[in-house]
Amino acid sequence: MTTTELADRPVIMAENLVKRFGSFVANDHLNFNVEKGEIFGFLGANGAGKTTAIRILCGLSKPTSGKIMVAGYDVYTQTEKIKKHIGYMSQRFSLYEDLTIAENFRFYGGIYEMRPQNIKQVTAEMLSKLEISNLANTIIASLPLGIRQKLAFSVAIMHRPEIVFLDEPTGGVDPITRRQFWEMIYEAAASGITVFVTTHYMDEAEYCDRVSIMVDGRIEALDTPANLRKTYNAAGMNEVFLMLARKAKNTD
Amino acid sequence: MKRFIIKEFLHIFRDIRSMVILFGMPVAQVLLFGFAISNEVRDVHVAIVDPSHDVITNAIVQKMFASGYFLPGGELSSSSEIEESFRQGKNKMVVVFSNDFATRFQRGEKPSVQLIADASDPNTANLLVSYAGNIIQNYSRQLIIAPNVPVVNPETRMLYNPALKSVYMFVPGIITVLLMLVSAMMTSISIAREKELGTMEVLLVSPLKPFHIVAGKVMPYVLLSFINALSILALSYTVFGVPVNGSLLLLLAESILFILLALSLGIFISTISNNQQTAMMLSMFALMLPTILLSGFIFPVENMPLPLQIFSTLMPPRWFIIIVKSIMLKGTGIAYFWKETLILIVMTIVFIVASVKKFKIRLS
Repeated sequence: MTTTELADRPVIMAENLVKRFGSFVANDHLNFNVEKGEIFGFLGANGAGKTTAIRILCGLSKPTSGKIMVAGYDVYTQTEKIKKHIGYMSQRFSLYEDLTIAENFRFYGGIYEMRPQNIKQVTAEMLSKLEISNLANTIIASLPLGIRQKLAFSVAIMHRPEIVFLDEPTGGVDPITRRQFWEMIYEAAASGITVFVTTHYMDEAEYCDRVSIMVDGRIEALDTPANLRKTYNAAGMNEVFLMLARKAKNTD
Repeated sequence: MKRFIIKEFLHIFRDIRSMVILFGMPVAQVLLFGFAISNEVRDVHVAIVDPSHDVITNAIVQKMFASGYFLPGGELSSSSEIEESFRQGKNKMVVVFSNDFATRFQRGEKPSVQLIADASDPNTANLLVSYAGNIIQNYSRQLIIAPNVPVVNPETRMLYNPALKSVYMFVPGIITVLLMLVSAMMTSISIAREKELGTMEVLLVSPLKPFHIVAGKVMPYVLLSFINALSILALSYTVFGVPVNGSLLLLLAESILFILLALSLGIFISTISNNQQTAMMLSMFALMLPTILLSGFIFPVENMPLPLQIFSTLMPPRWFIIIVKSIMLKGTGIAYFWKETLILIVMTIVFIVASVKKFKIRLS
């Protein structure tokens, strides 16, 4: 689906998103919009409620209350449609290690109902971009972690989703690969894919267009990294984050 | 869907472990049960205490050793020696004749023969005693000359397994155990593996419906288990000569039903376990042991205490074994076990519904 008619509308809209588990409030009246092609950083300490919010946005979990639209669809009633228009890369490695690169692409392309020719073409393009065309028939398990992580991202966007959710995509990856990984993210964003990313690396937060910081289920701050530094009079995002996160009561 | 099934096959064929479980195990089990585990008694050493050594006792002893069940284990002279020989473990049974056996027999008295068996293995002891008892009785009947003494001679016929081959009894059991093991354990492990590796999350975020995920997981195992069932039947027919007296088609249809049941059980197990170890343990304890112990495979259900008998009705294998035995050995048709079939169908539906419901669309 082309988003021409929705171009001026945010890709993700959350108004007063609330999620309760019993008496525990995991998400307390979250309000945020994410624009098309934006790289949106979603920060917060462990236990702040990030994962809960992402699950709701991906259609894996229903919110308790609030109005939430993802890619123009309602998370209460249209989760099936949402799922077709998003990509997801979890913090855990999500490719099948006992399958080859090409088989993984074929499988994930298949479950997003891509045509076989299209899959072949996309696979070839993506592998040549990563300069590993010769490895197409290599088992994933024998590849270094850096390449695997980049492949996982390629697979997550191979069906051209409107939004890709990245849940701590760079955990355990070396700085050089992280750098390359972020180049891929920029490229995806430039091509019109909205990127919704969580991370614990504050240098990565600086790369985002806008950043929200969650503390105890609430969004304490939401702005561009530059503005946040100014507001909190801090030298870097690290300082901003520490200032806000220290107020937290729920930590792991 | 199609891609999903192809992917599942690739997983199975690339993993040596699952290949061994899938294809090595059935063959190994059938051969093991068929050859090694046997309820028959052969070549057991038996000692004799025979103070009289006359025509009759010699004849009885000869008959016993000629039967093929027993081997001479020496002659003992006193009761203390009997105990000693049991302790050494060489002899499993001792036959004790009373003094002046033939003389007293001819005088019309009833000289006694005592059979003393080593009952530290009760099943074997029982068998030995009944074999030996039969031989002695048969012989003594020949000796009774007086036709006016009314003797009730029971004539026995063993239907459906005239040679009393234990492999007849084991094959239906092994088919059941293996289908259960392969189907339930393999699916539960493979679903648990996706959870453990985190790929399940990605699948759930994808447009695939839970039903598709479950069906895609199950399909390859239906096929492989079916091939397994066929190979067990072929193996038991060619190697052990176990016949299929009834309709082979019906047997295969019932097998597919049971495979589906086992698979749905496997899916159910995987919905309540988060990693491969838990899934493995659960299938072992929840499926394997009850299948072997409570299904009537080895121990007759009728001999169990009432609570266990009631519990065993919940075991799907119990019903399937009845069906398999009826078809293979008795050669009966669906009219004789529609009730068991119905029970299996109901169980399958219950587990499928339960697991599709439990299958978490929301990862919590």
